[in-house]
Amino acid sequence: MNILVCLKQILDPEIPARDFRIDAARKEAERGSASLVTNIFCENALETALQFRERAGGTITSLTCGAASAEDVLRKALAMKADAAALVLYDDAGRADPLLMAQILAAATRRLGAFDLVITGRESGDWGTGQTGGLLAEELGWPCVSFVDSIGAVDGTLRLKRQTDSGFEIVEARPPVVLTITNAEHNVPRIPKVRDVMQAHRQAITTWSIADLGIDAANRWYEVADLSIPQKETECEFAAGDTLEERVDAFARRLMEATAAV
Amino acid sequence: MSNDVAVVLFAHPESDRAAAGLAGAGQRLAQQLGGALHALAIDPEQYQPEEALAALVETCHAIDPRAVLLSNDAYSQEIAPRLAHRLGGSACGDVVKIDVEPALSRLESAGWRAGATFVTRQVYGGKALATIALKRTPAVLWLRARSFEPGSVGEVRRLQVRPGARTRIVERTRQAQGEARLEDARVIVSGGRGIGGVEGFQQELRPLAQLLGAQIAASRAACDAGWVPPTLQVGQTGKKVAPDLYLAIGITGASQHMAGISEARQIVAINIDRDAPIFKHCRFGIVEDYRKVVPLLRQKLEAVRR
Repeated sequence: MNILVCLKQILDPEIPARDFRIDAARKEAERGSASLVTNIFCENALETALQFRERAGGTITSLTCGAASAEDVLRKALAMKADAAALVLYDDAGRADPLLMAQILAAATRRLGAFDLVITGRESGDWGTGQTGGLLAEELGWPCVSFVDSIGAVDGTLRLKRQTDSGFEIVEARPPVVLTITNAEHNVPRIPKVRDVMQAHRQAITTWSIADLGIDAANRWYEVADLSIPQKETECEFAAGDTLEERVDAFARRLMEATAAV
Repeated sequence: MSNDVAVVLFAHPESDRAAAGLAGAGQRLAQQLGGALHALAIDPEQYQPEEALAALVETCHAIDPRAVLLSNDAYSQEIAPRLAHRLGGSACGDVVKIDVEPALSRLESAGWRAGATFVTRQVYGGKALATIALKRTPAVLWLRARSFEPGSVGEVRRLQVRPGARTRIVERTRQAQGEARLEDARVIVSGGRGIGGVEGFQQELRPLAQLLGAQIAASRAACDAGWVPPTLQVGQTGKKVAPDLYLAIGITGASQHMAGISEARQIVAINIDRDAPIFKHCRFGIVEDYRKVVPLLRQKLEAVRR
């Protein structure tokens, strides 16, 4: 099967809260000293696709939309052994209207060829709208299955395992279909080999502007009106006492008061 | 467009806290808009993504609502953006606050016109709070339903969902934990990297949870280590919970974890490190190795029980 995996570059979500700043004018996080990384659910998506390709064959194309720096995401995908890569340049991708993003990705998908599966992460670690996969399915006119963590196929019918609130489900689907991927023990992204990283730097990347895809980003129906850092540090009262016994006693009393109020 | 509000229920508000929060949010929004509230129910056992979506689209076309509200379960999250697309609206998820008029004066002075729906949600893994203006209608929102005051709905309209065609759920497996959903838990005992192994969860945290009538949860580190199943993971890449009491044991409180518990009413921690960020969110805590605290704590709780 031919698979397209959509990836997003985000500000490293591991940066400590004390280093996190906001650009009030742009209503966006300041880059500061933080690194840019591939969104983890997107890497889970690529890993899930790679494992499926190992069993079922086919090709994997990686696609991203972002600033020029987003090329790094594609180089890493190529190093993880995606077959091809395409970049849509758009500086405002981070906090864009999810519908606009889906329109961009759908236009790029059509331009890239025929796919059986289009895969996205379930949400991003920056704006986390969790909408890209679903809206992309609508733009393509395909069905969508969300929160998938592994892909199998029997006689051309996909068997998808997906996570629900209380357990999991098996979903059968006929391609073409859009999937959103969530994390599980078995789709932790692989570490690329050094040789493959070197090789990835020599591979060609198809690059378009959004204008090349016939997309007009001017119409704003979805806007960030306000962005702030919530201040909610509370003063912690530490259990006091000379001995462990006394401290645990004080803690237990407070805990029982708290549970009695529940 | 009407001023009506539709809520999409996968459980009944009388028996499910999330559905009750959803009902409450719907009631208040309908009142604010001066429209009617429509309660639409889908049997989760019959749910199929494409067909549930089609049934909702058909019903919503007839109502022509200003807003459609859903809860934060997997099915709701799956269909909300697609429902918005088909109705010509905008979706937004993980919403904690809805305003139909610009509530912040600085938004008004910035020229926001009335008519947009303003929704507030966490972004950047809980490090920031964003208010987003949705100018297409309807606004299709999935809510952190438990953080909304509960309410009720009148007559519930049940939507029939046809069997799946292009995609079909063929197996539904509930993980045998014999427990209610973590999202519904009122008390949660949660363990992190500091627990040190599966034994800590089995021999210390589980018995403590039982005494407190609590459910067990864990941080990503504990799940990744394989000490507990990934379904118990709380945080940015796991479940978002809203208990009345969250007892964090051996959890440092990185922002990715805090993103999952920001709606908890009270956070309490046991941690060996006084400088652990978790304590910044606690009203009280104890600085001590949990291996020393929990056995004593259990004795005291057992003594009170007797």
